[in-house]
Amino acid sequence: MQAFEYIPATTVNEAIAILHQQGDQARLISGGTDLIVQLREGRRKPKIVVDIKRIPEVNQLSYNLIDGLTIGAAVPCYKLYGSAVIKETYPGLIDAASLIGGVQIQGRATLGGNLCNASPAADSIPALIAHNAIAVVAGMNGERHIPVQDFCTSPGRTQLEPDEMLVSIQVPAPRAHSYGAYLRFTPRNEMDIAVVGVGVWVALDDTRVVITAARIALGAVGPTPLFVNEAGASLVGQPIGSQAIEKAALIAQLAAKPITDMRGSAEQRRHLVAVLTRRALDSAIARASA
Amino acid sequence: MSNKTVVQATINGEEVEFLCETRQSLLEVLRDVLRLTGTKEGCNNGNCGACNVILEGVLVNSCLVLGVEVQGKSITTIEGIASPQGLHPLQQKFLEHAALQCGICTPGVLVSAKALLDRHPHPSEHEVRHWLAGNLCRCTGYDKIVHAILDAADVMSAEVTK
Repeated sequence: MQAFEYIPATTVNEAIAILHQQGDQARLISGGTDLIVQLREGRRKPKIVVDIKRIPEVNQLSYNLIDGLTIGAAVPCYKLYGSAVIKETYPGLIDAASLIGGVQIQGRATLGGNLCNASPAADSIPALIAHNAIAVVAGMNGERHIPVQDFCTSPGRTQLEPDEMLVSIQVPAPRAHSYGAYLRFTPRNEMDIAVVGVGVWVALDDTRVVITAARIALGAVGPTPLFVNEAGASLVGQPIGSQAIEKAALIAQLAAKPITDMRGSAEQRRHLVAVLTRRALDSAIARASA
Repeated sequence: MSNKTVVQATINGEEVEFLCETRQSLLEVLRDVLRLTGTKEGCNNGNCGACNVILEGVLVNSCLVLGVEVQGKSITTIEGIASPQGLHPLQQKFLEHAALQCGICTPGVLVSAKALLDRHPHPSEHEVRHWLAGNLCRCTGYDKIVHAILDAADVMSAEVTK
């Protein structure tokens, strides 16, 4: 690993000032499970590594019925499933957080890092998109909010300017009878990278028979995680049942733009999109009906 | 360019101070600076678990932590598992079940198993296997490891109720 300067920042402004001054010569570290590997392999060669873990804002993890869930950018995955209220309210996010790497990765890795690393196959991003999450970003001119569905621009690239940092991820408070789910296909149950991932979120009416809102997002079938607005929209006003689900799964399948690589062929991935969309919708609807 | 930093941490209950380069991982610091060579280097990229340690009560891959990040933190390595009175029940059960062959993965597996039992004293077989997904062993086929851990959990809970 090449030498670098290590700066433990204590405020958002301090971290941003370093980014502003150093541009792409500086990288932020929180969990480090991606960055340290990139440094070791020489894929990134920053002169400065800024540790953000001592900044209070990026360590927030809070939930209330009005503001919903705030996940600080440096909150490791294990803290999400360590919270009973988050587990109960956002099981669709927990599905993803408990699949990223193994236990020892989840002890360090963060959803914020997963998002900023912008892998097309990131597990948490389709789940966050399905939950309509917003990225709270700080820069020299203050804060801006970017919907997670627009955050990633190409593999490894995001809307973040060189002198901006992700502070937190905001997940809206749940509507009545609404739940999410995330499913992925991997050859091995744990410690693997998604061949396809599907995040969904559905809201039911008070009778829990009719779908009033739905969102579907796909992972590993395009250069970025894909939000498939039409697939979710097709479910609105429909009674829960296999007909509506089949149609949404088909729309999701048509929206996928998979490639063939070492993890799977484009054909297999297209097939998996339909299967996983169906199953994830079944799971989210079952949660919302319970 | 040399960027050495003084770091203070508590390792296996003992306060230590060491000098490390910013680019050194916690794994390198443990082995090369502090000579705690029980922690092993396997893949060096977070896949195999041979370097697992407990950092502030949380299981982590020490190859994916920078030495400078542990300033003020508390760490348990394989050297801190046994007590002066003798082996930890996990270590004892690994011997009884012959849950190791070449031994390279063993320190990491033991540290993982300790972190599991600290959190879940009565794990099911499924929970043990799931928890160990990030510990690769190329010798044992895992079965003996899983049974040794389940057996140790039984012994430890029997000791607690005594």
